[in-house]
This record gives sequence, structure tokens and C-alpha cells, in this order.
Amino acid sequence: MTSTLADLDQGCRARICGTRPGGGAVRRRLLDMGVTRGAELLVERAAPLGDPIEVLLKGYHLAIRRDEAAFIEVERLGDEA
Amino acid sequence: MPEPGAKRTVTVAVAGNPNAGKTSLFNLLTGSNQTVGNYPGVTVEKKEGTVEHGDLRLCIVDLPGTYSLTAYSLDEVVAREAIVDERPDVVLDVVDAANLERNLYLAMQLAEMGRPLVLALNMHDIALQRGLRIDLDRLSQSMGVPVVATVAHRGQGRRELLDALVRVAQGAVPSQPLAVSYGPRLEDAIAELVALVGADGALASALPPRWLAIKLLEEDAQAAERVRTTAAQPDTILDAARRITSHIAAQEGQDPAGLVAEHRYGHAAGIVRACVRVLDRGTTLTDAIDTIVCNRLLGFPIVALVVFLAFKLTFLLADGWAYVPWFGGWTTPTGAFTWVFDELLPRWTAPLAAGPLKSLLDHGILAGVGGVLGFVPLVFFMFLVLAAIEDSGYVARIAFVLDRVLRAFGLQGKSILAMIVSGGIAGGCAVPGILATRTLREERDRLTTMLVAPFMNCGAKMPVFGMLIAAFFAEWKGEMMWLLAALSWCFALGAALCLRHTVIRGEQTPFVMELPPYHVPVLRNLLRSAGERSLMYVRKAGTVILGVSILLWALTYLPRLDPEPFERRLRESAEATRAALAGSPYAAAWDRAGPAVLAQWVRRARQGLSVPDRARLADQQPELLPLTEVAAGVRQPATMPVRDPARFVLSFVETVDQVALERQRLQLENSLAGRLGRALEPLASLAGFDWRDSVALLGGLAAKEVVLSTLAMTYSLGDPHGPQDDDRDFVLAETLRATPGWTPLRAFCLLLFVMLYAPCVATVVAIGRESGSWRWAAFSAVYSTALAWVVAATVFQVGSALGIGV
Repeated sequence: MTSTLADLDQGCRARICGTRPGGGAVRRRLLDMGVTRGAELLVERAAPLGDPIEVLLKGYHLAIRRDEAAFIEVERLGDEA
Repeated sequence: MPEPGAKRTVTVAVAGNPNAGKTSLFNLLTGSNQTVGNYPGVTVEKKEGTVEHGDLRLCIVDLPGTYSLTAYSLDEVVAREAIVDERPDVVLDVVDAANLERNLYLAMQLAEMGRPLVLALNMHDIALQRGLRIDLDRLSQSMGVPVVATVAHRGQGRRELLDALVRVAQGAVPSQPLAVSYGPRLEDAIAELVALVGADGALASALPPRWLAIKLLEEDAQAAERVRTTAAQPDTILDAARRITSHIAAQEGQDPAGLVAEHRYGHAAGIVRACVRVLDRGTTLTDAIDTIVCNRLLGFPIVALVVFLAFKLTFLLADGWAYVPWFGGWTTPTGAFTWVFDELLPRWTAPLAAGPLKSLLDHGILAGVGGVLGFVPLVFFMFLVLAAIEDSGYVARIAFVLDRVLRAFGLQGKSILAMIVSGGIAGGCAVPGILATRTLREERDRLTTMLVAPFMNCGAKMPVFGMLIAAFFAEWKGEMMWLLAALSWCFALGAALCLRHTVIRGEQTPFVMELPPYHVPVLRNLLRSAGERSLMYVRKAGTVILGVSILLWALTYLPRLDPEPFERRLRESAEATRAALAGSPYAAAWDRAGPAVLAQWVRRARQGLSVPDRARLADQQPELLPLTEVAAGVRQPATMPVRDPARFVLSFVETVDQVALERQRLQLENSLAGRLGRALEPLASLAGFDWRDSVALLGGLAAKEVVLSTLAMTYSLGDPHGPQDDDRDFVLAETLRATPGWTPLRAFCLLLFVMLYAPCVATVVAIGRESGSWRWAAFSAVYSTALAWVVAATVFQVGSALGIGV
């Protein structure tokens, strides 16, 4: 089942399937930060108002707004307790 | 031509991801041999330093920290151009050893550009602590470049790194360009474009063909622009690139840019797998801290606390704690700086005769110097505290926690620092506030923050608020202060929202940001960076502020009134007094001392003569002592004969003061500023103001607190002979309350106007410098004033119509 990064809850693990078309500079930026097909990530937490979210990706912490996270298609891998 | 025996100079460009410890490493290499400037035409900071090692003199240039070399941000463009166009002899890439995979992404791009490269594997200690064991030799082989492990903030690895740089610069290391394989589909496309680029002599010699080919496939706008300007037949190349790009996108379901990034990251992951052993992967301290500071409940209170403490610390260090030894006592750093232009410099101008030159020096130049120097301690400590928050890694968390709130207004989390420093907590200052926007890397967010931060209630607006509130809202002092603070936030946030929908339109900058691991900042680096930035502020802003303050002085000083009528009144009064004194024992004293000196003594006696002054007077002119002291009212007449002469003298002194005040007021009214105020009266009257308010507000452009002294002058108040009068604010408040036409409504409109109108000169200049454009500085002054007027006029008209506060 594919969904976007914006839909994931805290503690979710997922693998990136790709980025949605559009996005322009955002997509370019995401690619440079390592948001590429096949990369795995873990949703670590959300900011106090639920947005942005923080994900662990390639061994570092990335903060991203849900708006931008909605560009990223992911495949859920399960939850971490 | 180098001198014989002089060492050959080679340039080393230092690249690296943000948070990889690039600045620490740069400091480690160059020591104190640094200069700071800007890259030409942009506001990106440029640092250079030199160090001699072996047979070479290394000129080290610090590039902006970037994650990539796409043309995504200004920093990246600057870094890329510095490598592609300036062709440094060696590129040094600072890599965070604890975060190797993502850092290698940039390293690979640098290696592909074909310049000789050295990798500094920085923060190696942290990698070890985290249980990462990195095989340096293997990494060096995989990347085809020398790799040196360093711990910059502890000074480890300096020698080895310099050795490696020298070896590479001397060509002792065979340099093999890294060949990242992009897979058959892309490689074919690259080969096709390389052939086209290679056929174009000018282009192929200007840029590495393979690199350019890859950039064109990535649809890089800057690369395309270079082809257009450099190539003989740009269209052939660009058309081919476009055709291939869309073809691949259609076939692979992913455009070449995505494929390139994928392959690069794939390559980086492969290298990491081969070179790094992970011993254990426990919870890091950073994770533990973030669990608390980014917590749903604690996130906001902790940001509030940190920002409040940062603010307090800045102002306490600069102007709160007296810890600078000073003439046997102690003073604050700001006290020490202001002493120079409040005490020291006026001593040099004091002997000058009153006149245009003295006035220019005192009120134009010294005020200007004060306008620059007075801010230096504040600016320095703001940079210091800010650098500490930045280097620790917490700034990114502020942005993370507050993003949702401030995004709604077109700002972002980090804007909060600039707003708080500017006066979001009462008593701030917009000058360091504007400079604090440097933490914002996104141009539009930064510009918006700069344009709205001056609405905050800075320390200089406080005396004006204080006086007006004391005069008209004395019973609601606390409520008014609270209201003004709340209003300043509302206007700042509202203005930000409007600006983002009008002049600073454009998509909101994406918020995709690394939350770097926490570090304990190194004080030495903090001090250095704060020192350099403050120095640059003085150098760059100094002359402009000085120039504008001279201009503002001229506005209130010119044209001069004819002095004759005033002097005639003084002469007549002096003659009348002399006639009244005739026959008394004091006539001789009057003749000997002269009326001016006598008036001077009375004035000084009124404030209480110092012991040496009194002794001097008693010694040199014994009969003047009782006369002046009785006239000043500080001594009861012991003998009757002194009472009447003292009364004559006192009346003379009062006339002198009165004429001086009147002259000052008429002079101001007649000056360019006064005429401007008169001309603006039709507009000003809509907001309830008359020419006096306008002139005072004009004066406030130099510094907001000047509104008070100028307003006092227009009402012929204040001590024209002294720069300050402690009672002035009180007297002014009393006068305004007693003046017909001054209603609470008018006072409230003036409060609003002072809060919102054009920032002071120092702030406007800071906006000009930091935005890189004087147009934005001018815009800031104009739109703030327009907003202030519209708000004040609306409130006044509505208030008048409803009969509120009239």
C-alpha cells in the first residue's frame, strides 16, 4: 500500500517509492537531502502543533513540513514500538 | 611576479555541508590570519585566511555551507561559481564523519568537478563515540582522494591536513576524477552531451564537459545560462539536452535529476557499506535532548525560555552588568563606548565658540559617531549569543517548533529571534535584530523579517511611550504598555502577511531542514565570529550612518535665523541690569566678569557648585559668590544689600534662558525640518498632529528617543544649555496635558505613529546592508511611515467621530 510521508504517524517506518510530480525546487531540495527512491526512513516525532515532522533518514534528522512531505510517496514498513 | 625566495601561493577552497564543522576547521587552519567580507554583489559572507606550510603559502577561502551544488540557493550558486570559475588549486571538503552518507553526496559532486580534492573527515571523535569505525584508507581509495581525520574544535589533525593539502597542491598525489556510474541509460545520454560540449572549444575549456553534461541533464538553470553565454552554438546543445531529458523521463518514470541523485546516493551508500563498521547504535544524547525540547507540551515553553534568556543575556552583557574596569570603578561595555562620544569627544569640542562648526561637530558628527559606536557592544553580544545558539544546534529546533505558528504569517520559526531582539521583549534594539536575521538562509523569509522586526518596541521608543503615558494615561500605565506590546506584535505579523501577498510574493520557501546533532559551542570561535561581524558592521554601516545624521542635523539647523533681534534683547536686558546694579558693590563685579560669565555662574550655582569651583570663585571673585548663590536660590541672603542685586541678576539670567529657548524654537520652526513640518500639516492634521509633532518625528529618524527632546524644543522647553534635563520629560508631560488640542486620543495616535513609522537611521542602514539593496532600505522607511500614518489617521478620525478620548 502506498501513501505519502505526510500520512505517516510517529514511529512509522517506511521506504521511499518516489516523489510526486510538480514541486520544482522542493523536489530538487528533497533529492539533495537524500529523499531518493529506495531510501528508508523513520518518522521520529512531530512538532508541538503536529507540523512539521522530523524523520530519521540516512542516519541524520530531517525536519520537513507536511505540505512538502505530501510530495514523497512511501511504502509502509511497519511501526516501531 | 613573486619575489625571489617567496613561497608560491596556492588557493584552497573549503566546502562542506552545514554543521560539518567547516568554520572550526577553517579557524584551525588559518588561526588569526583572516579577513571577512562579502561575495561581490550578494550578502553571503566570505572569509579568507592564509597559512604557510612546507614550501607553500596557502590562501584559504571559506565557501558557504551547502548540501549540494545545484542552483537551489544563493549559497550553492556562490559555492559552485567559486569552484567552477575561480578554479582553486585545491578543494577541501569538510565531511561530518558521524553523518558520512549524506556528506559524501556533496563530496562526490566536488570530485566530479575535477578539481584536486582533499577530504577532511571532521568530528571523528563523535563518530567513534557513536560506535562508527571508518576505514580511512579504504575511503580514500573509493573516493580517489586523500582523506584526513580531524577533530577541528580540539585542534586535532591540523598538521596532517596541511601536509595533505600541500602534497595535492604540488601535484604529488595522482588526481583521478571520480567516475560515478549513472547506469547505462544516463551514461549514454551523458556521452552524447559530452560529445556536443567537447565539440565546442570555448565551452569545453570553460567547464568540465562531463560535469556540464550531467548538470544539463539535471535541468540546472545556471548551467544552461552558461551554455547560452559561452557556447558558439548554444541551441544545438540545449535542444539536445531538453530532448534527451524528456525522453528519459518518459521512459524511466523519473526525470534525470532524480536518477542522478539516486545514483549518487547509491554510490555513497556503497562506499559507506564498504568503509564503515557500526559497532553499536544506541540512543544518542541528541535524541535524548530532542525528546524533551521538541516535546508536544514542553516545546513551546522551552523555546520561550531560551529566547528570553538569550535576549536577557545579550542586553545584560552589553548594557546591564557593569564589569568593565573604568577609571577606578566599573561600567558596562555600552557605558564605555558611549563615554567616548558623550564625555571624551565633547571635551575636545567644548572650547570651540558656539557656531555652525561646533553645532555640526556636536549634533551632526558626534551624534553620528554615537549612532554607530553606541550599538557596537549590543551588536557584538547579540552576535555572540546568537552564534552560541546557532552552533549548539538549537536554532534548528526553534525553527522546527515554531514553524507552524509563524508560517501562517509568511515568516518562519527562526524569524522569532530577530523579532525578540528587535524589541519583542520590551527594550530590545532593531539594529542587532536586523543583523540577527542572518540565521535565516531563505531570502524571502529573511527580507520579510527585516521589514517587520522594526515595528517591535525597541528601547529607544520606551522614553517616548513613558512620557506620553505619564501625561495622558497615568492611571493605565501597565495596561498601556501591555497594549502597545501586543499591538506591535499584531502589526508586525499582519504586515508580514501583507508583504508576502504583495511585494515579497512567491511560494513560501520549502521547509526541509536538517536538525543537526547538538554540540557544545567553542567560546574561541564564538568570540572570533562575533568580533568579525561587529567590525564589519562598523566598517560598512559607519560612514552611511554618519552621513545621514549630518544630513538630519542640517535639516534642523539650516537656514539660520538672523541673530540680531535676540542679541538686541539680551543687550537691552544686560544694560537694564547694569543700570539697576549701579552704586551697589556688585557693579564692579558685573563689569569685570561680564554678563555672560555671570549668568554662567548662576546656572552652575543652581545645580550646586563643586567644592573646587566654589573655592576658585571665592578666591578669584569673592563678591560674586554670595551674589550668584543668592540669585540661584541656594543660599539665604545674610545681608540685605545683596538681595536686590541678586534679584536683578536672576531676572537677567531668566531673560537669557527665555530668549535662548525662544530662539531655539523659532530656529527650529524656521529650519528646513520646521518648514517640512508645516508643509506636512494638512496630512499630519488628519492624524491629529501639528507641525511640532512632525518636526519631532523627523528628529526621531536619527534615533527614536530624539522625538522627546525635539518635541520639548518646539514647546520652548528643556535646558538649552545642557544636553539633558532630568525633569524635561516631566515638564513636557505637564505642558502637553495643559496644551489645548492635546487629547488622550492625539497622544494615543502619536504612540501608534512612533511605534510604526520609519525605523531609525541605524536600522535603515542595517536593512540596506543586510538585504544587499538600498531599495529595500528605502522601501522599509516609506512603507512603515505610510502604515503609521494610515493607522494614526484612522484611529484619530474614528476616535474623533465617536468622541472617544477627546
